[in-house]
Amino acid sequence: MSLADALDVASLVFLALGALLSLAAGVGLARFPDPLSRMHAATKPQIAGLLFVLIAVGLQSEQWGTVAMLFPILLFQMLTAPVSAHMVGRAAYRTKHLRRDLLVIDELSDAVDRAQRERASGEKRT
Amino acid sequence: MTAERVRSERSTLLLQLPLLIWLVVLWILLWGHITVVSVLSGIVLALGITRVFYLPPVELSGRFNVYWAAVFVVRFLLDLVRASFLVAWQAIDPRGIPTSAVLLVQLHTRSDFIMTLTAEAISLVPGSIVVEVDREHSRLYVHSLGVKDDAEVEQARRIILAAEERLVRALGTLDDVWHINQERRMNGRPEIRLSAKQKRYEDERERHGERTGDTP
Repeated sequence: MSLADALDVASLVFLALGALLSLAAGVGLARFPDPLSRMHAATKPQIAGLLFVLIAVGLQSEQWGTVAMLFPILLFQMLTAPVSAHMVGRAAYRTKHLRRDLLVIDELSDAVDRAQRERASGEKRT
Repeated sequence: MTAERVRSERSTLLLQLPLLIWLVVLWILLWGHITVVSVLSGIVLALGITRVFYLPPVELSGRFNVYWAAVFVVRFLLDLVRASFLVAWQAIDPRGIPTSAVLLVQLHTRSDFIMTLTAEAISLVPGSIVVEVDREHSRLYVHSLGVKDDAEVEQARRIILAAEERLVRALGTLDDVWHINQERRMNGRPEIRLSAKQKRYEDERERHGERTGDTP
């Protein structure tokens, strides 16, 4: 087996892995019950799926310029996906779009209660 | 007056230098080749962008440990792949939907930079999403998927704090390292090996401990 064949096989494996992870991310988006859980599917398998696909592209490309361009693609996905997931998750929590019955513990609601109590007592005083 | 202004402009330029270099490198990466035109246009664009879209300068710590940065990156990539397969499995698990938890994580760091990096990193790695950030108290409220009981809640918390610790070791301030060491001493774990500079800072800190007194 020549080097080119070995690279082809490696690309094949990475591409298949990336596609599987992306598929699982899609299934998770549809199947998870609330926005917070869905955001997990939208970040982790999605990013790793992209990572594998980019590795496959890098193995096949013959120009350094193309390979160099793959790094910013991955980097900006890694930087932006958590931010958008955070914004959606935050909005979902604030508008109470979440399944409380699936939460083992919610330490944020304790903090919200405390802040509301403090605010109420502060308003009474003034 | 004018001399002062020149000096302050020079110092902002120096502060922005890492950002400028990064913008030029990014520009060259996007072009895919290094030529005189791409480098020059990159420099012009970087200067233009930092002038037009002015942002408050990011306060870097002035510390950078190459070894721990490498540890962080390698660990991060391994965890990313593992966490992805885990979430992928949870998505198609025929036994049904996993339970989860929203937990409070009290970070050690006081710097926005480390806090932001930690929040970014843990959103990708140990199965968590940042729901809310309390910047004043350095607290993250994190949604963790697949947590079943209290023991697993504590484990999720430990994993997040470990990620913060790796980041602090790589590029946290002396003060951040001090906070981590403080907690390690309390829990009887061996403290991070001290550099001479760090040792001096910690001794100083111990002496003035009561007066500054902002221990968590």
